[in-house]
Amino acid sequence: MALPATRPTAAVPPPGGAALSTDQLLEIYYYLRLTRTLEERLVALYRQTKVIGGLFRSLGQEGESVASAYALERGRNKDILSPLIRNLGSLLVMGAPPIEILRQYMAKADGPTHGRELNVHFNDLEKGYLGQISHLGDMIPVMAGIALSFKLRGEPRVGLVYIGDGGTSTGTFHEGLNLATVQRLPLVVIGEYNHWAYSTPPAKQFAVKDLAEKAKGYGIPAVTVDGNDVFAVYEATKFAAEHARHGKGVHFIEVKTYRRKGHAEHDDQHYVPKGELEQWAKANDPVDRYVQRLLAADLVAEADLKDIDDRVRVEVDQATDACVDEPPPEPETALPGVYVDPPAADKLWFKSL
Amino acid sequence: MAPPPAEVTFLEALRQGLWEEMERDDRVFILGEDVGLYGGAFKVTEGFSKRFGESRVIDTPISEAAIVGAAAGAAHMGLRPVAEMQFIDFISCAYDMLTNYVATARYRAGLSTPIVVRGPCGGYVRGGPFHSQNPEAAFLHTPGLKIVYPATVRDAKGLIKSSIRDDDPVLFLEHKWLYRRIKDQLPEAGGGGEEILTPIGQARMAREGKHLSIISYGATLWKSLEAADKLEKEDGVSVEVLDLRTLLPLDDAAIVATVKKTNKVLIVHEDTRTGGIAGEIAARINEQAFEWLDGPIMRVTAHDVPLPYAPTLEDFVLPQTDDIVKAARWLAAY
Repeated sequence: MALPATRPTAAVPPPGGAALSTDQLLEIYYYLRLTRTLEERLVALYRQTKVIGGLFRSLGQEGESVASAYALERGRNKDILSPLIRNLGSLLVMGAPPIEILRQYMAKADGPTHGRELNVHFNDLEKGYLGQISHLGDMIPVMAGIALSFKLRGEPRVGLVYIGDGGTSTGTFHEGLNLATVQRLPLVVIGEYNHWAYSTPPAKQFAVKDLAEKAKGYGIPAVTVDGNDVFAVYEATKFAAEHARHGKGVHFIEVKTYRRKGHAEHDDQHYVPKGELEQWAKANDPVDRYVQRLLAADLVAEADLKDIDDRVRVEVDQATDACVDEPPPEPETALPGVYVDPPAADKLWFKSL
Repeated sequence: MAPPPAEVTFLEALRQGLWEEMERDDRVFILGEDVGLYGGAFKVTEGFSKRFGESRVIDTPISEAAIVGAAAGAAHMGLRPVAEMQFIDFISCAYDMLTNYVATARYRAGLSTPIVVRGPCGGYVRGGPFHSQNPEAAFLHTPGLKIVYPATVRDAKGLIKSSIRDDDPVLFLEHKWLYRRIKDQLPEAGGGGEEILTPIGQARMAREGKHLSIISYGATLWKSLEAADKLEKEDGVSVEVLDLRTLLPLDDAAIVATVKKTNKVLIVHEDTRTGGIAGEIAARINEQAFEWLDGPIMRVTAHDVPLPYAPTLEDFVLPQTDDIVKAARWLAAY
């Protein structure tokens, strides 16, 4: 991305000592803002019925998504992560263009899956992201396999995979985590404790207090961090990724955060205790906290943040304008590509009557 | 003078195929339970760990879903994993991973997933309900998977090699009753001679005949051949036997050709009846060769019960040679 004019490097000294330059601090802000603005645009498109399926927000979780992805090695054929529906920010950090996300949500012919899949369910392994499938937990073994390929080839690369608090109840989560651990694979697992699995609270998912306890049961180094503190998540992920990269095996980071919107846009959240959403929005918004910290420590100028806000708005406008009127896929493009060979499924006889 | 070709078992042929592909292509690796030092429950991978090392012959936890999922992830990155299910009955633990993740990967997201999931299947061995299954019908309904089921020594080798080289995910079913029961001569392994590669998707004419066709695969292919010999000898009925070899995709052309030739079809499989592959084959014949039929399409299959353990029970439930003889005799007289 093109950044605003470079300011002198003002290293932030977070606990672990990994310094972030001013450019990096602003770049993180750019991704936080882009995530939120792009999602707001998707809401508008959803209400215009231009988003075909459900719309899943990450409001309140942008901080942990962006910060964890930002701690990876990015670029062609570097680290690979697997985002969930509430990790739009991670996808953007890894280089997914906003226009691709818009096309994907609107099921456009020229979208990354040509109208075959929804939301963040797409991938670019060279850029470093592999979208989830809807079966929660399945990406843990798959990302273990990606990390296994790094290990077998002796590549200094790391896989990172997200799992929600509800997702840790699945069998594939346990199988995958355990296999990756005994094989000492370079894998970082981010456990997102966002308080809601659809409408189910953590107390009905598991009897431990912290997700980190589950990981420790497998012999995995695990920490719990404030998921709405961008610096804390960045720091923990950086530490975990570098350890994994250097042969130290699987690391687990639990991020305590909060899902401020419903499971999807249709969900009215009537099950949420009164006042809770407002409280998190007011006192614990990850973007607000990040901005306050930057400004309080005089690490960036307010004008630079404003410039980024403006730029993001323009970028999202341009991306939307460029694709909103694109056509849907032609019906018969549904047939090719199930296999390499045969190249297409047969069109059924009654279609030609 | 060249030495005579060695006679090998079905299991040895399979082993040779795996070994040759591991030698040929360093992207190929094996993962599964007890496949390493122990060499696998049936010794299919005996000696592999010593030759290829622990990084290419990976002992895993008892986690079929994770085995298949990890294979898929590695395959996305360009490797060629061969995942062993210790008994194919346990593939049901990986059903989600195979049907939802692996089978859809190319179509929904353009992901290359060239994996082979292989393992011993089938009954006639007193294995009881959980060491005797034939899971093909559970996966036949899943676009994106291929299902291969060799019956001969030559195809055990030729199809495992083709499956490993195939760019799509393949379920490779090995009938354990055949492992050490059938033998054949194959060109000397690694001797620089003929390379055996059986194409996926092509049935094999196992026996030419004129009056009636039996379509089968796996262990019941051999029972069908035995029945055909008996009918020829005792009844003078000439029976054609088609070995499907690949169940997904089915070789429609070969199926229709034999129907047009004999006009009567008996489909024989060891799997249970309802929802079994015979139903699919019958539907295809109905659609593609209805006017060529001189009798109803009939099925000889297992009864619709979990497979019991006691020999008297298992023998009754599974299709036997005599069952095939009686059914074919009935159909021939129709």
